Amino acid sequence: MGGLPLLSLVTFLPLAGVLFILLVRAQDEAAVMNIRRVALITTLFTFVLSLFILGVYDPSNPGFQLVEESAWMGGFFAYRMGVDGISVLFVLLTTFLMPFCILASWHAVEHRVKEYMIAFLVLETLMIGVFCALDLVLFYVFFEGGLIPMFLIIGVWGGKRRVYASYKFFLYTLLGSVLMLLAMMAMYWHAGTTDIVRLLETDFPAGMQTWLWLAFFASFAVKMPMWPVHTWLPDAHVEAPTAGSVILAGILLKMGGYGFLRFSVPMFPLASADFAPLVFTLSAVAIVYTSLVALMQEDIKKLIAYSSVAHMGYVTMGIFTMNVQGIQGAIFQMISHGFVSGALFLCVGVVYDRMHTRDIDAYGGLVNRMPVYAFAFLVFTMANVGLPGTSGFVGEFLTLLGAFQVNTWVAFFATTGVILSAAYALWLFRRVVWGTLSKASLQGIMDVDRREIAILAPLVILTIYFGVYPVPILDACAASVEALVRNYQAAIEAASQTAALAPSALAH
Amino acid sequence: MYSLIVFLPLVGFLIAGAISLWGARTTIPAPAGGAHGHHGHDHAVHAHAAHDEHAHASHAHDDHAHDDHAHGGHDDHHAVEPAAPASRPAELITTGLLIVSCLLSWVAFLTVGFGETEAFRVPVAEWMTSGSLVVDWSFRIDTLTVMMLIVVTTVSSLVHVYSIGYMHEDPARPRFFAYLSLFTFAMLMLVTSDNLVQMFFGWEGVGLASYLLIGFWYKKPSASAAAIKAFVVNRVGDFGFALGIFGVFYLFGSVGLDAIFANTEAVAERTMTFLGAEWHALEIVTFLLFIGAMGKSAQFLLHTWLPDAMEGPTPVSALIHAATMVTAGVFMVARLSPLFEQAHGTLTFITFIGATTAFFAATVGLVQNDIKRVIAYSTCSQLGYMFVALGVGAYGAGVFHLFTHAFFKALLFLGAGSVIHAMHHEQDMRMMGGLRSKIPLTYWTMVIGTLAITGVGIPLTHIGFAGFLSKDAIIESAYAGHNGFAGYAFMLTLIAAAMTSFYSWRLIFLTFFGTSRADRHTFEHAHESPRVMLIPLALLSVGAVLAGMVFYEAFVGEAQAEFWKGSLFYGPENHILHDMHEVPAWVKASPFFAMLLGLGVAYWFYIADPEQPKRLAARHDALYQFLLNKWYFDELYDILFVRSAKALGRFFWKAGDGMVIDGLGPNGVAARVQDVSARVVRLQTGYVYHYAFAMLIGVAALITWAMFAGGIN
Repeated sequence: MGGLPLLSLVTFLPLAGVLFILLVRAQDEAAVMNIRRVALITTLFTFVLSLFILGVYDPSNPGFQLVEESAWMGGFFAYRMGVDGISVLFVLLTTFLMPFCILASWHAVEHRVKEYMIAFLVLETLMIGVFCALDLVLFYVFFEGGLIPMFLIIGVWGGKRRVYASYKFFLYTLLGSVLMLLAMMAMYWHAGTTDIVRLLETDFPAGMQTWLWLAFFASFAVKMPMWPVHTWLPDAHVEAPTAGSVILAGILLKMGGYGFLRFSVPMFPLASADFAPLVFTLSAVAIVYTSLVALMQEDIKKLIAYSSVAHMGYVTMGIFTMNVQGIQGAIFQMISHGFVSGALFLCVGVVYDRMHTRDIDAYGGLVNRMPVYAFAFLVFTMANVGLPGTSGFVGEFLTLLGAFQVNTWVAFFATTGVILSAAYALWLFRRVVWGTLSKASLQGIMDVDRREIAILAPLVILTIYFGVYPVPILDACAASVEALVRNYQAAIEAASQTAALAPSALAH
Repeated sequence: MYSLIVFLPLVGFLIAGAISLWGARTTIPAPAGGAHGHHGHDHAVHAHAAHDEHAHASHAHDDHAHDDHAHGGHDDHHAVEPAAPASRPAELITTGLLIVSCLLSWVAFLTVGFGETEAFRVPVAEWMTSGSLVVDWSFRIDTLTVMMLIVVTTVSSLVHVYSIGYMHEDPARPRFFAYLSLFTFAMLMLVTSDNLVQMFFGWEGVGLASYLLIGFWYKKPSASAAAIKAFVVNRVGDFGFALGIFGVFYLFGSVGLDAIFANTEAVAERTMTFLGAEWHALEIVTFLLFIGAMGKSAQFLLHTWLPDAMEGPTPVSALIHAATMVTAGVFMVARLSPLFEQAHGTLTFITFIGATTAFFAATVGLVQNDIKRVIAYSTCSQLGYMFVALGVGAYGAGVFHLFTHAFFKALLFLGAGSVIHAMHHEQDMRMMGGLRSKIPLTYWTMVIGTLAITGVGIPLTHIGFAGFLSKDAIIESAYAGHNGFAGYAFMLTLIAAAMTSFYSWRLIFLTFFGTSRADRHTFEHAHESPRVMLIPLALLSVGAVLAGMVFYEAFVGEAQAEFWKGSLFYGPENHILHDMHEVPAWVKASPFFAMLLGLGVAYWFYIADPEQPKRLAARHDALYQFLLNKWYFDELYDILFVRSAKALGRFFWKAGDGMVIDGLGPNGVAARVQDVSARVVRLQTGYVYHYAFAMLIGVAALITWAMFAGGIN
């Protein structure tokens, strides 16, 4: 495809910002401010540039678009980039959330600002890369590389137990990524290419699919995170700085879901069908279990982290329903959760910056002095609860609707999440926001300032806009999802026919 | 026009909401230590403190200070906090828009209900499309819709007007009126919905508004607890509703009402698997939908939130927890009558639940002492009546009672509000008495409301107060009904009618008759409410007197078919509306005598021999405590659900996540690395490089592997 390599530009633009920041040698306050400005401008510019992708992108085309390819490493693997309806939304989500992260760190981060901003910009490049990569090796580099800046962000700028948290994060992900690497080698060995487009057309033998699926699952389930490998997330969130939590909840968690949609379901359809009950079980358990755990949390961030695990349960459940509603719902849920949970973490950051505590008990009655904050927090709480009219509803509704068509048990248990989420979210809201402002430490607390309004207002608007009019998101992914479901069903049918005709024959 | 009816309240909400948010931001009280905190009993001190605080907080906002003095200044001598800026414009805008919406609704009602117009659809916008699922924002206009439109907008606009008087001392009026309008908008979206998902939107939207309004006085712990309880218990119902919607989509491949109604015959015989068992498809789907109705309409087992909801301001109780929102469940079943008509098992269950609720709530209502709680239980009980009618297939009768009930119950609540207003926020009837002469207009309107709810009329004719026609129609239909619980329902509703009469008159006698039990100061300062509160009472009184007689023919009488024009569906075997007119004369007259019995006992207990109830309560203490404590449902649910959920959550957290998962997983591994926290330095030097190194090795290994393997290939 000719013209500008738009995807590469968007992906690597943040690195240009890194170069500028590296040029700043001075250590004084003015220099630090310049670094912040450069980071903000870079992320804003990246976002604007990524909007051009949307301009060029054709939602009716289910295949990959804006494809870039250049041979590298003697034809073994190539630099291949491209987006389809499944990935384009995540690229935009990433570029959209980054400026908020920079703004949220404006005053919160005071030491090593330069390194901090560099870490975030590098992270942005790597995250966009994950969603654009059309080559296994490239994907792997971006996917695993993204962990390093995140690891540093938690480990250097985190809270008291940051070492424990980052260590846990590291242990979990290492296990997953080793297995995924082995699976990728096996795929290359079988198909002779690392090109994702060609791999998507490859029929892997049924027995091999099982092992490949499990290996990928190990990595994606940790990333997601699915129960029972979720325990790194609450710790990571609690210790991460606000912007780190936003990225973690907003984008890094979505890589697992994206991975399922890009690899597991289309490349290993037979294994996916076999393992769907497992995923359903884990998802339903996750929703009920982590919602109950969220109910009892004493730390605001931990509560939201557990609620994220529950919400990701809807995503995994939706993906493996293998019907259009379920998968579109899962994608929508990921996008919506991206900015809703991000916004919730930003809300926590607002009061954390003032009081330097995340204990629920330390708050109460904030509405008396922070009415605008209370309003924003209410909107995001309601979105988290999945109230119709907010973006949180659409994804939850579609995934549950999809699940009901496949398995009523799953739908039944997953739907109890609507009760439990109301319980923990509203209880949190009551304890933090409502009541009298009786605690001495809160008497002088100030409502959100202009910078914070600039952060929260767009998110409030989007939360309601996509709740009332989710069409743009659903349209963008409709063609690709329909193609995915069609191919999946064709593969299942082909397999059952082959099995009926000649049990030993391997397709292709 | 229909878009205007629905969206004008939304506009009002947005304007009042913006005013409220802006006002709240500009009047944030100054940090404590200043004027805050020393609220004396002297009014002058209050006013002074308020001014100080105010001036201090808003010294940077001169324009706003002027505004406040111009609009809110007149009640400064009452106010502890200064009124929010622009309270008056917020009130007038929301109220004005609702009155317009109300007038348009009446036009719609007359043209659709009594005209020739067939049902039609007003598309608004696309909502979501996913595969074969298509959901649009659109309005379905038929007689049932326009009937609900006038109920909602009439009561809502009267409550708006009334609140201008009732809430005039409250500092947060813009917020209050914003919430009221938001509620009205959501309720209108619910009743105009053309598909189940939009109905669900309205359904949860009214839940949100109800939550916000119950928790309006968020400083009161009891109010915020009640708000959460209302939302969460409603969510239990919504859980069923949502599953019902999924089931409908599974069966019909659509959530649009037209598509569903067109195919009910086709799926009538189908079965489906739900939770591992095989069910008659429509039975299970309607059952799930009805769970939603039970939650919203506070039916037996899911009723516990309604009495607590009385923590909200009284106008809210009148609008949401009496006249409109709680009837949404009744509306839903009536709206989906083509579905329910095919599910006799569910209808039987509805009859059972409705009758049980009618009876249960009435027994609890007998002994409550809080004036609002008596009316709340009465609401719960009357909703049970409506479900009895729906359950035996007499949809018209159920909806008719919904219609008349809206008027007289809103009247009773607003009347109670007027009493509370007069008594300086005293709600305990044991502290009232003798108010008849103090607040005569309130007294008379409440008597009209009581005459209506107890069903006073001339037996065997169609002349009487609103409740006489609609409630008696239900009792007759229960007698004429054919399902297994119809007889049960007839007995219980009849007994409940006697109890209704007892507790309603008890309320009147305790409040208005006898000698005052309040302290002298309160009693002497009891004052009639301002006109802005009395006019809504008067208008609702007109409804309570006439709504039954005027609309009887159209709703359940000879003219019903051409009135409803198919918006309520009766199957070919369903002759209940005919049969209920043919019941024996003793059945028709029995509710009247039940009413007289209740009145007589109430008179005996509270006028003739006021010591009698105390003796009776002492003699049957166990029963009295059982009723006073609402059959111990709250205690039971606290153990069954609240405590066990918390215990389970703590167990999963500490034992599941903490010991099992972390213990076996990361911490088990981490335990080998001694004293992790001392190795902060290693984090920045060691682990990251290890990780990066591991990754690079990985990439290298992959490439190496690829080259060799690729070579062989």
